Amino acid sequence: MYWNEKEECVPIEQMRRRQLKNLQKTVARLYKRVPFYRRRMDEKGIKPADIRTLDDFRTFPFTDKDDMREGYPFGLFATPLEEVVRIHSSSGTTGKPVVAGYTKADIALWAETIARTLRCGDVTARDIVQVAYGYGLFTGGLGLHYGAELIGTTVVPMSGGNNKRQIMIMQDFGTTVLCCTPSYALALAETAVEMGVDTRALRLRVGFFGAEPWPEEMRAAIEQRLNLKAIDIYGLTEVIGPGVASECLEQYGMHIFEDHFYPEIVNPDTGEVLPDGERGELVFTCLTKEAFPLLRYRTRDITRLIPGACPCGRTFRRMEKVSDRTDDMLIIRGTNVFPSQIETVLFGIEEAEPHFQIIVKREGPLDELEVLFEVDEAHFSDEVKVLQAIEHKVAREIESAIGLRAAVRLVEPKTIERSMGKRKRVTDLRKEPKP
Amino acid sequence: MKITQLSVFLENTAGRLREVTGILRDAGINIRALSLAETTDFGILRIIVNDPQKAMQALRQAHFTVRETPILAVEVPDRPGGLHSLLEALAKENMNIEYVYAFVEKRTDNALIVIRVEQPDRAIEVLQKGGFNVLGNKDIGSL
Repeated sequence: MYWNEKEECVPIEQMRRRQLKNLQKTVARLYKRVPFYRRRMDEKGIKPADIRTLDDFRTFPFTDKDDMREGYPFGLFATPLEEVVRIHSSSGTTGKPVVAGYTKADIALWAETIARTLRCGDVTARDIVQVAYGYGLFTGGLGLHYGAELIGTTVVPMSGGNNKRQIMIMQDFGTTVLCCTPSYALALAETAVEMGVDTRALRLRVGFFGAEPWPEEMRAAIEQRLNLKAIDIYGLTEVIGPGVASECLEQYGMHIFEDHFYPEIVNPDTGEVLPDGERGELVFTCLTKEAFPLLRYRTRDITRLIPGACPCGRTFRRMEKVSDRTDDMLIIRGTNVFPSQIETVLFGIEEAEPHFQIIVKREGPLDELEVLFEVDEAHFSDEVKVLQAIEHKVAREIESAIGLRAAVRLVEPKTIERSMGKRKRVTDLRKEPKP
Repeated sequence: MKITQLSVFLENTAGRLREVTGILRDAGINIRALSLAETTDFGILRIIVNDPQKAMQALRQAHFTVRETPILAVEVPDRPGGLHSLLEALAKENMNIEYVYAFVEKRTDNALIVIRVEQPDRAIEVLQKGGFNVLGNKDIGSL
């Protein structure tokens, strides 16, 4: 089911022509209105009129998170503040946060792309949508909210937290659609078990999970424990929030709403544009936004564009599940390791999931990789050798996946922090100041 | 006859064992026998208590990982060679022991040997045939 069939199934050639037209318009507007972009383009000796084809755009300068901070808070806005009706902001764990502004038209565009997202999971006006993404400066809550209302669903704006109440509302209101981060979905499943609630008796049908990378194995765990179909959605504050891309019911790749958000995959080291199918860093350009349209924004997310058509009929290209972020890469004893490589191993070992923590620290001159996971009653034994065998198995599988020996340690239940929003995948003690 | 041992997972951190004993005290549970197996990072506390169900409930409420383990409690005379005679009876039948601990009964001249074997039912048969008194949960409650 589509929300906007004419746009979502538009013939590709027609879409490319429209992308080019909107790109030209946006670049010209930014050159005129935002000193930052004019300076960047002048430095490179590029004028808006130089874009005659989409390929010409490949020479344009990138923008990145540091540029956002330089422009903090409103420096990159392309409209006067009186036309901006809403501000959102990313958490900004290091330095200044990213600030995004929205005009009325931007809010309407956002609701449209979220409506398309929800329709990717066949959501209709008859659904009861529990939005358990945080409401506030974070884009998750309000982003999903407006799109769900546009479709005409019954929205329950729970925001994150208060797990028992979330489960109670699911039972009492008959929630059919859950929207939250995937790690929070697992936390809710755990709460349901603690409350003695059988999730098969709930009416949950489909869930829209995003805002953090999550491996395929985690999808299986969520689908089984919450008894719903788990749809991966993608977005980021800098581009608009959630609603940049969404899986359809095929669950193979997320359709990028590329009539509004133009994707490129580049080599993260050289910036060279890679052909569809090759893995690299995802770069976005906003084609139609008014207040805060970014040009060639480097997301730091590693993925690829899946070649070929999707059976669902949408012509938008699909991006593969994001496996990693360029800034998440760990260098441990000289070896490059992505957290997802370790997570994939852990999700594949029944005894180790779903609660584990990856810690990197420095012992003397050497980096140490430590993996903690919680023992549960199903796999607990009164015999030391059985528990040690589990530890050894996890260590062996991690070593065969990444070539590094990890110190694997069983810990008591509930000692690993449960997240309400984005999960902290790795604690890198090497980066933290000594106490 | 088997008796119920509770096995509790403990991280090797200061004060964890004391927390368990505190919970059991507050629940009015009496510990009959205890053994602690440890590695560098975790330990397994094995206890025999007067009321296993109640003890398990109290520990679970405090988020401890607890499991019931069926084990054998066998009386042997409290004198040199008492334990040896028991082990010999099992060895003769090629039965492996996973672990063993012991305590002395207050009111009799016997020691109680707690053993965990791979095949508890066969071990009971062997021991009873050998004239050993294998205790049940009821006996433990009244010790």
